[in-house]
Amino acid sequence: MKIGLPKGLYYYYCKKWIYFFEELGVEVVSFDTNKEILELGNTIATSEMCLSLKIFLGHVAYLKDKCDYILIPKLNYGIKNQMCSNFDCLYDLCNNLLDVKILTFDSKKEIKNFIKIGKELGFKRNQIKKAYLKSSIIYNKELKKLKLENINKLNSSNKKILLVGHSYNIRDKYLNEIIDIIKKYDVEIIYSDLFDDDYYFYLSKDLYWKYSKKNVSSVMYCKEKVDGIVFFTAFPCGLDSLVNELVMRKIDKPYLNLVIDDLDSLAGMETRIESFVDIIEQA
Amino acid sequence: MGNYYIPAKYLLSHIVDAEIIIPPFITAKTVELGSKYSPDFVCTPFKYTLGTMIESLEQGASILIQFGGGCRYGYYSELQEQILKDLGYKFELLNLITNGKANIKRIYKMIKRIDKKFNIIKGLYYLYITKNMVKYMDKIDDYVRKNIGFEVNKNSFDNLNKEMLDRFSKVNNPINLYVLYKKYFRKFKKINIKKPKKCLKVGVIGELYTLMEPFSNYYLEKELASFNIEIKRFTNVNYLLFKNKKTIKKALKKSKKYMKYKMGADASSNIYWTKYLCDKKYDGIIHIKSSFCTPEIGSMPIIDKIASNYNVPIIYFSFDANTSEVGIKTRLEAFYDMIEMRRQ
Repeated sequence: MKIGLPKGLYYYYCKKWIYFFEELGVEVVSFDTNKEILELGNTIATSEMCLSLKIFLGHVAYLKDKCDYILIPKLNYGIKNQMCSNFDCLYDLCNNLLDVKILTFDSKKEIKNFIKIGKELGFKRNQIKKAYLKSSIIYNKELKKLKLENINKLNSSNKKILLVGHSYNIRDKYLNEIIDIIKKYDVEIIYSDLFDDDYYFYLSKDLYWKYSKKNVSSVMYCKEKVDGIVFFTAFPCGLDSLVNELVMRKIDKPYLNLVIDDLDSLAGMETRIESFVDIIEQA
Repeated sequence: MGNYYIPAKYLLSHIVDAEIIIPPFITAKTVELGSKYSPDFVCTPFKYTLGTMIESLEQGASILIQFGGGCRYGYYSELQEQILKDLGYKFELLNLITNGKANIKRIYKMIKRIDKKFNIIKGLYYLYITKNMVKYMDKIDDYVRKNIGFEVNKNSFDNLNKEMLDRFSKVNNPINLYVLYKKYFRKFKKINIKKPKKCLKVGVIGELYTLMEPFSNYYLEKELASFNIEIKRFTNVNYLLFKNKKTIKKALKKSKKYMKYKMGADASSNIYWTKYLCDKKYDGIIHIKSSFCTPEIGSMPIIDKIASNYNVPIIYFSFDANTSEVGIKTRLEAFYDMIEMRRQ
């Protein structure tokens, strides 16, 4: 049996599922984003959708004939930790636009969902629970390691840049071409999505988006320790249009706001990044 | 938003002892001011409200009030406060709804600070009257929208509406208000209209602000009425404040085939309304939204699918701060010609 995980949007928040399916012996199919997938997404999506959603739809269409089921959950963490409203319509969009078989769940109670999906695939309760526990242990270990590595970068003697963005943008292999440009220079990159959401309250009291909280608290935590901040946004991201603007207005650090639409020409980005790194190195 | 400033002013003027400034109607200058200080790709209501805020601050306001909603509308106030403070204005901004719930503690504290003599029972009493006032206004608006395209004497509906709102703002008990409402409803029904039995019917759905603020959709409803069309609109303040949750539950139940989960803001209601309009055999559907409205963008492909399944024509309008009015008029005329030809 093959299960398709489209590598966009929710994928980066549901990594536990990959280990879970591996434990159960189910094959997981997913591809890195490439130009073909983006173009496929462009044909399905309407023109006003954001780049990340276009990529996601492209992934689902690309996986259509390559697996038995596609997993599309609705992430729901309650009213104080909302997701972008694009996450709410993922299942219904794919169900209506593309003729695919979808496994889905509403992510309020974690263990229940694992059992539900496992049973739909024909596994026994004991097997599922075992696999769930094992996958949680592996996932938590890896996350802890990554977080520690990320925070340790703050002690490095090089110039440090905090990269603020959503996981589905800064971890995407195709959009990463821009981040690769920064890596060419002799700077440490600290990722904002590996922080906890403890510090956002000092900057914004009313913030209610789960993953924007992480970004804002990473800025508050690293404010004094890094030399510059890079905001990485897909056009036209609803959350970032407000949150990033507020952060930019409240901090007094050099920052660079990268808004990406299509990746047709990287030359403009390259120049902007180069001059930004110059500013940091002279400071 | 439309005429709703009247109940809002009514409520505030009765519970606190402060001067209430009604911002001037939105003009091109307001929009320009708002767009100038807004971030790049924020949705259009942000620009409109920011512009209005600047204009009322210049008239001397010291306390501003902002609501919150189910999408990024809930986060407007914090950024707007920062932008206005950076511009050098001195004021306080009261955000009524945070995290999707009315922040009663914050509201109470703020009102106490403005007016130390504030009495909570008096406040609740006037809140009740205001709630009823909005309900009656919406009921009458619904009737007006259905018939305004067929009036014999021009502006007879508008004039009576103005007169009614004027009387509404002077009542001081709920029974009085109810009597007035009944009296004016009878008057509205007496207005001469010339309505053919099979007139064209169009449903208007979409994003709430653009639907309800006539300036931001270039008086689209007036334009439609001039074509002699009966208009049905679901979104009004009564729905937004009191019936929202009920409608969404109903929507999820009735349109199971097209949607499984609740979507942001009014997207799920809009999908249900599309299905409702199609079932009731309306001649056409008009979908209005401001550009970059994320929940509506997600629901549009689904709405499109329903409309094509039922074979009902649908047209999408996306409004920005600098949309050309002529282009919209042309598209609307073409849409009207099309539905009229289908009828024949």
